[in-house]
Amino acid sequence: MTTAAGTRPLGIDPPGTVHVSHDHHELGFLRKYIFSVDHKVIGIQFLFTGLVMLLWGGLMAMAIRWQLAFPWTQMPILGKVLFPETGGVTTPEGYTMLFTMHGTLMIFFVIIPLLTGTFGNYLIPLMIGAPDMAFPRLNMLGYWFWWPGILCIIMAMGAEGGGPAAGWTAYPPLSTIEAAAPGSMSGQTWWLLAVTFVGVSSMMGAVNYVTTIVKMRAPGMTLFRMPLSIWGLLIAALLQLFALPVLTAAGFMQLFDRVFDAGLFTPTDVVINNTNPETMGQAAGGSPLLWQHLFWFYSHPAVYIMVVPAMGFVSDIIATHARKPIFGYKPMVYSMSSIAGLGFIVWGHHMFTSGMNPNVGLVFMSATIMIALPSAIKVFNWLGTLFRSRIELNSAMLFALAFVSMFIIGGLSGIWMAATPVDMYIHDTYIIVAHFHYVVFAGSVMAIFGSLHHWFPKMFGRLMNETLGKIHFFGTFIFLNGIFYMMHQLGLAGLMRRTADPYAYETYAALQPMNQFISICAFCLLGWQVFFVFNFFHSMFFGKRVGRNPWKSCSLEWQAPSPPGHGNFDHQLEVHHGPYEYAVPGAAEDYVPQTQPSPQVG
Amino acid sequence: MAQLKHLLFRLIVTALFLAVPILGVWTFVNADQMHVWFPEAVSSFGGEIDHLFSLILWMVGITFVATEVLLVLIILRYSRRDPSRSHYTHGSHVLEMVWTAVPALLLLFILFSQMGVWSEVKIAPPHEPSDPYSRENPLMRVYASQFDWRVRYPDEEGNFEGENVVESAYDIYVPVDTKVFFDLVSRDVLHSFYVPNFRLKQDAIPGMKVPVWFEAREVGDFDLICAELCGWGHYKMAGRVHVLPQDEYTAWLEGQREALYDNGSED
Repeated sequence: MTTAAGTRPLGIDPPGTVHVSHDHHELGFLRKYIFSVDHKVIGIQFLFTGLVMLLWGGLMAMAIRWQLAFPWTQMPILGKVLFPETGGVTTPEGYTMLFTMHGTLMIFFVIIPLLTGTFGNYLIPLMIGAPDMAFPRLNMLGYWFWWPGILCIIMAMGAEGGGPAAGWTAYPPLSTIEAAAPGSMSGQTWWLLAVTFVGVSSMMGAVNYVTTIVKMRAPGMTLFRMPLSIWGLLIAALLQLFALPVLTAAGFMQLFDRVFDAGLFTPTDVVINNTNPETMGQAAGGSPLLWQHLFWFYSHPAVYIMVVPAMGFVSDIIATHARKPIFGYKPMVYSMSSIAGLGFIVWGHHMFTSGMNPNVGLVFMSATIMIALPSAIKVFNWLGTLFRSRIELNSAMLFALAFVSMFIIGGLSGIWMAATPVDMYIHDTYIIVAHFHYVVFAGSVMAIFGSLHHWFPKMFGRLMNETLGKIHFFGTFIFLNGIFYMMHQLGLAGLMRRTADPYAYETYAALQPMNQFISICAFCLLGWQVFFVFNFFHSMFFGKRVGRNPWKSCSLEWQAPSPPGHGNFDHQLEVHHGPYEYAVPGAAEDYVPQTQPSPQVG
Repeated sequence: MAQLKHLLFRLIVTALFLAVPILGVWTFVNADQMHVWFPEAVSSFGGEIDHLFSLILWMVGITFVATEVLLVLIILRYSRRDPSRSHYTHGSHVLEMVWTAVPALLLLFILFSQMGVWSEVKIAPPHEPSDPYSRENPLMRVYASQFDWRVRYPDEEGNFEGENVVESAYDIYVPVDTKVFFDLVSRDVLHSFYVPNFRLKQDAIPGMKVPVWFEAREVGDFDLICAELCGWGHYKMAGRVHVLPQDEYTAWLEGQREALYDNGSED
């Protein structure tokens, strides 16, 4: 046994301590479900809030798609809410607000909180055999720090003049000088506060995840016996710990620029709207490129925060539902780690055309092209896991297989963007949009759907409906490819993102039919989610009841009751081997739980 | 009956996943007919960039089809309801070595194949003594601002300020088959100088003069598009690059200068 059992830091229960009699007094509704310190309740709070934000971000996407398909026409339903003063017609500044909000919501309020907030909170203690997080109150605070963020982003969108307008990347001087984007006004300031709040929330989560994983594993749970989900979450938390402070600092710098006219990102001699801000008492002498470096120093690792946990979940789903040990467990861990490590030295690939020293571009290109290697290794290992397995094609598995299939596309298209000369043509075109949606939507969101099907029985003690799950899967898979695959083609035709009405250009004149096709697929995709929403809520109350381990899975969370009570486990745990002992020859059943010693596995 | 249903379901899933590589390749093959393919490349390095794109397209295309088809075959074959257990293995050291080393070599090949063109476009532009323009002696200076493009052609002494400087808005005139060097400047926020037909994109940054060059190989008019979000009017920040035969270009510039002198004498 090589766990940290010997070390007992202050305030942390020794690994394996079981709080069976910890909580026999009944908590009130508020303490139990609202201001809860239980990691499971907090995880589910993140889940519900995140799904609502997903709907909001999705509606923003629909508004964008309407404008691109039928520019400057009256948008049905949504238009009345978003643009009442024009009778539902998108305004140019409204369009910049739409894609700014879509990006910000999806990244900071949906994908990161759903992956790390929801599954990080829910799964980490259960999968490593701990009664709760290392710092339960900090955990609760992390969730509640999200709410000021949500309030700020609502304020941002509703701000006078039409909301933030500088894109989710918030490049100065557009974002820092109010005269540059008359629509933004206070919207950009609210936006900065929102991002700061969710950043602090993520930071609290990350501290908790790392501490819990390092210090609170059950006896026998060595690092290399942890499920890959936990590895993914640990690596994502480390990325957040190292990268988020940079974004927070940069955000404050931009806030100083906006509120105190600090001029940190404003160069001298700019003239905006025929006015030189310096003549109005604003400081200058800063550099707009500085923001890009700081922003991408966080936001590129953030891309991996948004996919590495998903890789872990998918590995667990595949091993369980294919009844086979993960092929190349350690290479999987090493490749996730090297994605994270390399992830810190590739940020410059967002800046190949930015005016940064082109020699530096070569360095970033080298690192970026090589980061494709660990991704490739992961794909091959998933295929190796599936080879000669027994695949059960249930909803969880279908979404996990979709992740693998879609991640291949998202990974491979990245190579074009890494290649500096090619990037000069495709930079900021729709092929980039296609690429990151294949990774984040077709990848991570599919993994989230798969994970919900997989861990739903643990969360609510009931199964999600398989028929509805499959119907949801088929439509989602078809429509998402209809949307995002075609975006590659638009990008190759040179279509720029963030362009409200591209068809005035000769180069883009022929692209409207393709954009209409994409938009119709997008509307169908959103509509199709009805199956998910109904299945999710219906199954929560009327799904088939199941016991502890409906999937006959090896990992520890399935040893707890479904749903687990406060303190998680009702018996002492000891871990004897890795989490993927399926199909062990000679074993009585085709899986050997981690808690069960077995002569056949080491 | 249950068996038949399961077989049907497996086939549907297989078809769904197989559609990804099939339709994926189909769209790339037919992209030209669907008008969603590259606009014609007319700059000296445009062809080279397209060539690099195609090189990567072939490499990732083959990998894409191979891995997706392998995934489909695995799904079809191993989703049978089979009473026997999965093959018990935790991996293979040899396979890991192979599928680490082979992609690594291919990626290194891609990496090194890119460096020449990047260096040519951004670091060390090709230059011969006969070339009329250079980084030190640019043909023009392009100013981006919300939401227009302005271009200045220097006077005979090479100055960009003064009364003999030719200015043009939205329309940029350049000679064909000549290495056109220019400085890119922004007056306010970030913009980006993007001419799809040249395969050229360069951000304009306030407070910086970014040196850019291209050589157009064909006469014609081409879209100049702002490629960096610059505010509400970003979408309509359009310009045109007019590539003229050498003598027409000289005549145009002379005409502009004469117009300036005439205006000057009238004042």
